[in-house]
Amino acid sequence: MIERHPSTIVETFVRLVTPLVQLFALYVLAFGHYSPGGGFQAGVIFGATYILSGLALGEETLKARVNERVCLAFGAAGVLAYTVTGLFGMLGGGEFLDYAALPLPVDDVRARYFGILFIEVGVAMAVAATVTLIFMRLGRRA
Amino acid sequence: MSEAILGGLLVLLTVLAVLSIRAGDLLIAAVSLGAYGFVMSLIWAAIGALDVAFTEAVVGAGASTVIMLAALLRTSRRRSPLRSRVSVLSVPITLGTGLALLYVAQGLPDVGDVAAPASRHVSPRYLARTLEETATPNAVTSVLADYRAYDTLGETAVIFTAGLGVWLLLKRATENPRQ
Repeated sequence: MIERHPSTIVETFVRLVTPLVQLFALYVLAFGHYSPGGGFQAGVIFGATYILSGLALGEETLKARVNERVCLAFGAAGVLAYTVTGLFGMLGGGEFLDYAALPLPVDDVRARYFGILFIEVGVAMAVAATVTLIFMRLGRRA
Repeated sequence: MSEAILGGLLVLLTVLAVLSIRAGDLLIAAVSLGAYGFVMSLIWAAIGALDVAFTEAVVGAGASTVIMLAALLRTSRRRSPLRSRVSVLSVPITLGTGLALLYVAQGLPDVGDVAAPASRHVSPRYLARTLEETATPNAVTSVLADYRAYDTLGETAVIFTAGLGVWLLLKRATENPRQ
């Protein structure tokens, strides 16, 4: 069991920095079209904020924020979001993962742009959940 | 100049790799491994692979180090003593493989060589048309998430499944310590 860190400085810093890091993760996710980054990196950064909470504020605080069942559902939902995006391409008359055929009220190029965004969100969800899930079990003593 | 930096980073990488293997204190080993990931990400950045550098920094230097440290909490910092016996056969095998790799490496194309086989197959088409076809200037993203989306779907499924496997194993170990 990981105990809460006794230092007020550490605790305050973690509380301050967590939302900023999560915001950065969302930026990395949304800006992956233009700069290095994307769903995978965003997912790891987002998951890292929960690891940070666990390390600094103690495992009890982490468990109050997120539990394993939610993580499992979140990760599975990420893979599902990816697959469903692909299936919607088929529904629209294209091939699996053909974003141009997605039923969106935009032209083909923009549809591909949004298709990439959808699957990146799925990747980020799966990766964030996986990282958090492993850490939550690892900190626990047998 | 940049080759001198790259060479220095590679030397540092080797030192950190040896340190992370040989350190008697597992905390030092884990932190060296994190530093190894960080230096590796600098090397990726130095040769222009920014997306890979980002991933290496986030995973190699960040997440995997923290997971190693969390794992250390469950065990002791001291590692069991190394078997110092070196098999007679392992020396020629290691040296032979190393020399063979060095010899073969001379035939590799230079970094960023446009005439390299990997740069002549489908890459030029992706690079030329990513903007008009996907409105995505970062070709790495458009290749990963659109042109090669099927591969990335498999990769995502593998990551989640592997994480699920690790979680199930740890769950079993923490709930039934005797098994």
